[in-house]
Amino acid sequence: MTDLRELYQQVILDHNRSPRNFRQVPNANHTADGDNPLCGDRITVWVRVDGDVVDDIGFQGTGCAISQASASLMTTAVKGKPVADAERLFAAFHAMVTGAGEPDRATLGKLLAFAGVREFPARVKCANLPWHTLHAALRDTTEPVTTE
Amino acid sequence: MTTGVERVPTGAATAPAFDAERVRADFPLLGRSMRGKSLVYLDNAATSQKPRHVIDAIHRFYETLNANVHRGVYQLSEEATTAYEWGRAMVARYLNAPSPAEVVFVRGATEGINLVASAFGRSRLEAGDEVLVTAMEHHSNIVPWQLVCEERGAKLRVLPMDTRGALVLDHLPGLLTKRTKIVAVVHVSNSLGTINDVQTIITAAHERGIPVLVDGAQAAPHGPVDVQALDCDFYAVSGHKMFGPTGIGALYGKRALLEALPPYQGGGEMIASVTFEKTTYAPLPMKFEAGTPNIEGAVGLGAAVDYLRGLDWTAVATHERDLLAYAESRLREIPGVRLIGTAPTKASVVSFVLEGVHPHDIGTIADQDGVAIRTGHHCTQPVMDFFGVPATARASFTFYNTRDDVDRLAASVWKARELFGA
Ligand SMILES: Cc1ncc(COP(=O)(O)O)c(C=O)c1O
Repeated sequence: MTDLRELYQQVILDHNRSPRNFRQVPNANHTADGDNPLCGDRITVWVRVDGDVVDDIGFQGTGCAISQASASLMTTAVKGKPVADAERLFAAFHAMVTGAGEPDRATLGKLLAFAGVREFPARVKCANLPWHTLHAALRDTTEPVTTE
Repeated sequence: MTTGVERVPTGAATAPAFDAERVRADFPLLGRSMRGKSLVYLDNAATSQKPRHVIDAIHRFYETLNANVHRGVYQLSEEATTAYEWGRAMVARYLNAPSPAEVVFVRGATEGINLVASAFGRSRLEAGDEVLVTAMEHHSNIVPWQLVCEERGAKLRVLPMDTRGALVLDHLPGLLTKRTKIVAVVHVSNSLGTINDVQTIITAAHERGIPVLVDGAQAAPHGPVDVQALDCDFYAVSGHKMFGPTGIGALYGKRALLEALPPYQGGGEMIASVTFEKTTYAPLPMKFEAGTPNIEGAVGLGAAVDYLRGLDWTAVATHERDLLAYAESRLREIPGVRLIGTAPTKASVVSFVLEGVHPHDIGTIADQDGVAIRTGHHCTQPVMDFFGVPATARASFTFYNTRDDVDRLAASVWKARELFGA
């Protein structure tokens, strides 16, 4: 169970069971869809940016615990932060789950719960999907996002 | 009923027990460990493991027989050709095709279906015509037909299934219309395990003069097929799912149909003579085998069939039926488990979901226990949509699996439930 507990940390299980900000955002001015068709993980992210701050963010979707918890924690991590900070988090998160060097602990905070994902190569794409979708939303990319 | 799974005699209790432990020894890979435990391989519907007989045959081919086929005048090429054609003859016997000339080597069931969709579709489908498939087709028996329907202005129609995952045959007569040009139906569903009554479908279609293609990718691994008894017009199989190598499969087609159809691909091997004005085609089956074929694959598939012919299929059927019943009952004991696919006739495939735990998470947890199962939509998205699930976990059993394997799977699912507090 030890490896599994490292992947499925309590905070991940909790956010999977009761995802935060699981809703559309009224007056969202950025949105994007993410889809990993092979897995069946699907997500839509809505963001309202006010000035250069992520004023509100929400998501809806279906998927495994890793993707759902990743989306939920992502929304709590970036809400109220400058867009530049959200992008920095995206980069740090991506580096952590793909195992590119030591995780940037100071930046990542609670998101460190996903450090175990790098030991599960098949699941990296699940953790990444919400972040890539947010990234696309912030850049108003119209192409559908996938991490497969 | 023609697959091994279907041919359980009524006196099954007296049938000799199948010795799964003994056949396991024929499959080297089954001896390896996974994450510190013995491997439990329950993804046989995706691809099966290979017996040493097959591995050795491929090895021997390259060490002693390798040359191009149907080309050389020298002895080595003749020997390679003999080995290649031996593979074809073995497949013909396994499918009970009237002659090896009616067995075309392809890359797999996918290519077999594409061959028919393309050659048949381009020559026989016109605007307003219909192609009938079923609600439980693998994407490989949907998309090729969609492509050719789009090209020809024809329509794809779908025979529905019920909530158990059994086809609603009552709807068949209404769907076989004057415009129906071909029926394409899966013999055994890869995601539900349903064994379809293809016999009834074929008879009904033939009464109206409509040919039928059967996707046998998941049926052939469960026992010899009898295409003559079925009277199907085409039957497609994949070598890698029936204990042979990847990259090889076979398409059986009735001689008259294969002869009437235009070629699928052009190139070497498939011609009789070529000038810039006109090309005439080689006789069957070469007409459909453009280019240097997968020679080692044919030899390996022949060896797989050779191996399968040595099995007692009555005992295998009893064993697989026992595994299915045991797996379904062990999984049903787990609160929150819902089986997807509960048709009255099933092959040893169990798809399920667990409340509060996504199939991928079950898959990861099982993998930690050395248990390999498939999770996802299994290339049958319409089936997932029908059952209102994004994905399922699927355990697919074959003759080398045991009740212990089922116990290991059940333990992992219990663990998933516990971990998630579901
Ligand atoms: C029912 C069915 N048909 C067709 C296929 C396609 O087989 P292949 O990928 O070997 O061509 C599969 C493989 O999963 C299958 O299960």
